[in-house]
Amino acid sequence: MALQQIDQFAAKLRPDTRAAVYDGSKKGHEKRTAVLFDHYPDPDHLRRLAGNIKQHVVENLDTLLPAAAAALERNGVKVHWASTAEEANAAVLAIMQARGAKKMVKAKTMVSEETHLADYLGKNGVECVETDLGEFIIQIDGDHPSHIVKPIIHKNRREIATSFEKHGLGAYNDDPQTITRRARAHLRRKYLEADVGLTGANFVTADTGRLVLVTNEGNSRFCLAATKCHIAMVGIEKLLPRETDLGLYLNLLARSGTGQQLTVYTEFISGPRSPAQPDGPEEMHVIFVDNGRTEALASECREILRCIRCGACLNVCPVYRQASGHAYRSVYPGPVGAVLSPLLAGERFPELADLPKASSLCGACNEVCPVNIPIPDLLLRLRARGKEAGAKNAAAGTPPMGAWSLLATQPFAWRTSLTAGHTLNYVPKSLIPVPPMQTWLRDRTLPAWRGGAFRKWMKDRAKK
Amino acid sequence: MAHAQSALITPSSRPAGKRVQMMATCLCDAFYDDVARATVEVLEHLGCTVEFPEGQTCCGQPAFNGGDWEASRRVVRHTAKVFAGDLPIIVPSGSCAAMMFHGAPLEFEKQPDLPEIEALGKRAWELVDFIVHGLGVKTWPGRYQAKVAFHRSCHSRGTCTGPAALALLSSIAGIEVVPFGEGEQCCGFGGTFSVSFPNVSKGMGTLKLEHIRAAQPDVLASIDMSCMMHLGGLAEKDGKPIKTLHVAQILRDALKNA
Ligand code: SF4
Repeated sequence: MALQQIDQFAAKLRPDTRAAVYDGSKKGHEKRTAVLFDHYPDPDHLRRLAGNIKQHVVENLDTLLPAAAAALERNGVKVHWASTAEEANAAVLAIMQARGAKKMVKAKTMVSEETHLADYLGKNGVECVETDLGEFIIQIDGDHPSHIVKPIIHKNRREIATSFEKHGLGAYNDDPQTITRRARAHLRRKYLEADVGLTGANFVTADTGRLVLVTNEGNSRFCLAATKCHIAMVGIEKLLPRETDLGLYLNLLARSGTGQQLTVYTEFISGPRSPAQPDGPEEMHVIFVDNGRTEALASECREILRCIRCGACLNVCPVYRQASGHAYRSVYPGPVGAVLSPLLAGERFPELADLPKASSLCGACNEVCPVNIPIPDLLLRLRARGKEAGAKNAAAGTPPMGAWSLLATQPFAWRTSLTAGHTLNYVPKSLIPVPPMQTWLRDRTLPAWRGGAFRKWMKDRAKK
Repeated sequence: MAHAQSALITPSSRPAGKRVQMMATCLCDAFYDDVARATVEVLEHLGCTVEFPEGQTCCGQPAFNGGDWEASRRVVRHTAKVFAGDLPIIVPSGSCAAMMFHGAPLEFEKQPDLPEIEALGKRAWELVDFIVHGLGVKTWPGRYQAKVAFHRSCHSRGTCTGPAALALLSSIAGIEVVPFGEGEQCCGFGGTFSVSFPNVSKGMGTLKLEHIRAAQPDVLASIDMSCMMHLGGLAEKDGKPIKTLHVAQILRDALKNA
């Protein structure tokens, strides 16, 4: 019998990696819960409100996007549109080439992970340096992020110290402060050498065209302060209708993502530097990236576009904790990724159709999501889609339901198999649709078969 | 398309009353006859008349979760036929009740008979939810001498069932409800998930058992026998069995000492 890839990955995961992922996620979740419930009497009310506003955005992108673009242009920002990853990367390269620029410093942005921007630029002769500490470590290791907020949640500091040593960043030292100081010294030089700084955006306000960035390391601020040109790569769903909505979202994002009241750095950017400002980029570009989002919008799972990438659903997810982010074989892991990654894959949906199966449907993700995305419902819809598409990897390990459903619609046959099982003391496999009984019995015992016993009791009492 | 929201059915939108239909669930039909008996006895103690439609089979959840919605819908349609009428339907399982009021309407979204299926769902009550919110029973008589760990099964998230069960258990003389770590985490059963993701499922269950054992309860209780079958089975295979009970069994046994 074919096996589920994520379960296989989990089985082979190194114990120290699992421990690192588990501890990091658990701490993240506990901090989130403590700070949210400490500060708000009814965080669920806020989550629902934030969900409704984002749902409004998702359903009104056709008017909000042009509004945002117009506002950005009023602010002196050049707006670009990219419908695919290739177009988005090409747009970045074109801006670089027009300036004769060869070096870029880059803040953390998930959409640039989707497009594999750094690789693309490297191949085209542009040096692109990740400045977020986690992403920097990922970059020198040739690794992939395994969490959308904490990209190196799967690494311990000994591994980091080893790769620093290997890449000429000083002799082995696994003291976190030393590691940070060394990365800082290295990156400071890179900021000064760079021509262009690239960031994402956590939010773009449609009414005022303001770009909002949150970080804890201040690296995105350096990316902007040290360079003459700022490029922001932004998924089209990142809009908020009004600037006044920011209060709600900034409060929820920091608390849900990192358990903070507010991130250490929150930048509000309203265009390139004005003549009154002493420094800052002279030139600013926003590239709105679709890359499968309009298709997701047209799908039965559009609610996933509300996502503000806080990572809370990863932190709370028991499957993520057991399997780690790399198990998901895509840019977005965990519950959000199990929905978003197959959707963004477009025609390659069948390749990732097993991701929605990687859930016990426990609903913890829905319960913590700051924009109240009904993730389990979306997983279920994608399971139905995977079944219709006949995706083999999705079906792996799932017992076929044909015989069971036949039995479950024929009361007489159902009752007969119940009692037959009882008298013969065997488990009628078509009745309880867990036929991979060996799998169950490998790790667990099964209670005694008592098929028909309750029905008999009911009948006997009725006779009395 | 209306956007999906987590299902919070307000008690007032469901029929109450003391004539009820009972859905035993396939697990009780096959393994846990005593839980089904306890359900009947507890309801009768409260003055209910319990009807048991003989044609019942299963709520359709296994195929629904597995993605085979066509197969699942066949079973749900059968269930709707068997439970025709307007009486409250009492289910000793949070998971099967949630299938009826939330899962089934989801898979019938584009079906012409959605209204009938929604109507069926609006009549479904998880047992303890019905006792507390349908019948207004806030405390339970009798005595049950035990330290009880209550596993909050996941399908009661976002419903008033979990708190109701806890309140009712805590009101019983002799019971000490012992909390344990990471109570909000899933036990790893998840229906077919437990067999298609055997390694992750076992990892989750083992962690849950560690937390539960640390609290040293006499009994592990839940409103879902599926979680109990998984956790109890893991514990027994591990050579360290734990006593698992449905809340209905505790309520019934407490009455014996009233
Ligand atoms: S789906 Fe919700 S919880 Fe998960 S990352 Fe997105 S906003 Fe956060």
